Amino acid sequence: MFLQQFANALVLGSVYALFALGFTLIFGVLEVITLAHGAVFMIGAFAGLAVVTKFNAGLIPAILVGMMASGILGWLIDLLAIRPLRKRKFHHLAPMIATIGCATFVISISQGVFGAEIYRFPFDFMPATSYNFWAMQLTLLQIIIVGVALALMLIIIFLLNRTKWGKAVRAVAETPRTAALLGIPVERVFQLTSFSASALGGAAGVLTGINFNAIHTFMGGPIMHRGIAVIILGGMGDIRGAVVGGLILGFAEIMSVAYLSSDFRDAISFGLLFIILLVRPAGIFGSNIERKG
Amino acid sequence: MLRLENIIKDFGGLRVLDSLSLQVGEGLIFGLIGPNGAGKTTLFNIISGLSRPTAGRVIFNGTDITHLPPSSIAACGMGRTFQNIRIFKELSLLENVLAGMHRLFTYSPVAMLLNLPVQKREEKALREKALEILELFHLAGKAKRQAESLSYGEQRKLELARALATSPKLLLVDEPAAGMNPAETEELMGEIVQINNRGYTICLIEHDMKFVMGVCRQVAVLNFGELIALGSPQEVKCNPLVIEAYLGKEECK
Repeated sequence: MFLQQFANALVLGSVYALFALGFTLIFGVLEVITLAHGAVFMIGAFAGLAVVTKFNAGLIPAILVGMMASGILGWLIDLLAIRPLRKRKFHHLAPMIATIGCATFVISISQGVFGAEIYRFPFDFMPATSYNFWAMQLTLLQIIIVGVALALMLIIIFLLNRTKWGKAVRAVAETPRTAALLGIPVERVFQLTSFSASALGGAAGVLTGINFNAIHTFMGGPIMHRGIAVIILGGMGDIRGAVVGGLILGFAEIMSVAYLSSDFRDAISFGLLFIILLVRPAGIFGSNIERKG
Repeated sequence: MLRLENIIKDFGGLRVLDSLSLQVGEGLIFGLIGPNGAGKTTLFNIISGLSRPTAGRVIFNGTDITHLPPSSIAACGMGRTFQNIRIFKELSLLENVLAGMHRLFTYSPVAMLLNLPVQKREEKALREKALEILELFHLAGKAKRQAESLSYGEQRKLELARALATSPKLLLVDEPAAGMNPAETEELMGEIVQINNRGYTICLIEHDMKFVMGVCRQVAVLNFGELIALGSPQEVKCNPLVIEAYLGKEECK
């Protein structure tokens, strides 16, 4: 029983982690909490669904198209809403409000196009095969979700550490001014980050859509709250923090449903978050800098 | 190589640079000295594009760079370090230097995603070059360490190494020996001369007179935003105006 819950928690947690990774990447580099990340996530799910229903595409093309659509949307949001404010040296709050506007805009348009109904993948899209490991029973779908999420996270971490673009992203995350003086094209780094981080959100959207087999225009809302919780829990802007925080939240939710009560799921998982923050106010991996006063 | 024409800079009603004209010739180690508040760092900020002059022009290798943004000026071949250290603390030493080499890499984000051979080849070649630069500053043994873990003097050297990694034609160095002990300063003097021997032109601000007199071929003295002396270290330190404003009589022996 416990092992089975462990497997379920891993599936949910890895999707949270994937979503939070993009979220925290944008915060770390652009210093903006983008409240449009949930809408970006939703568009990814719809784009993935569209290629499956229209072109009979398989899972991998669905994920790739979802990532592409979300990446382009994220890039556009940066270009049209965040960049003009950045150019005029408005940081943090003004761009955050602008992203709320973008989210509302994207969700309203989607409602106009798709309506309020719940869309589903074709009945036979994923085979119902399942495998047994010890006492766990995992469906093929669950294995794929965990595998894809982990692979994407590893790829991003590899790129950040081993390539010049990754190093440029990390340099800009520390101090854009110094990076510019070294000849790093800071604006391109912002654009590249917006695109890739949003693409991760899109992948999370497709995976969530398949996992619960429900895609609708409001699906980005609940995960936005969780994403914010996860990046605060892990330490704002910290990559490892997003991954670990996502897994912790997934485990907290599944375990409280399994052993306590589903009614208290959010109360318990967010209560846990509160307790962790009391002990480590800057998050698990954040450096605990006290405000000098 | 670098020519400043009648640079004026006002901060509000205060004139911090007053029609300053200077030339830095190719291949030199050029020293900029003067009492605190004379406008030395302000001048560096104007040259590297971080601040704009109220009037006047900055000509670098025949191009007017007065109104270019800092990243374009860096791309023209201007490197600089800061009085207050600005290394990337969370990156390793090697990564700091590689970040300085960003412009030397030519592969695109697409090549990165496809993991093309061109990427591996470039990363490998430049990694070796970065290690070579660290070696020059006796830091190669610590290449994998996080930059934050270095001592103050070593962090200054790392910043210098990172600036050198941009392959600058002219390197602006702001108080490199600040906070270093005499042994470290001595070592740094050797390293500065070595960089210069490799063909880099260097313009430095420094308060340590032993350092300035030891490495600079030409020295300019600023006082209240005006150039009061220009010449060899020997000429400058016995100039009565300089003795009066800055150095005192002891230096001129």
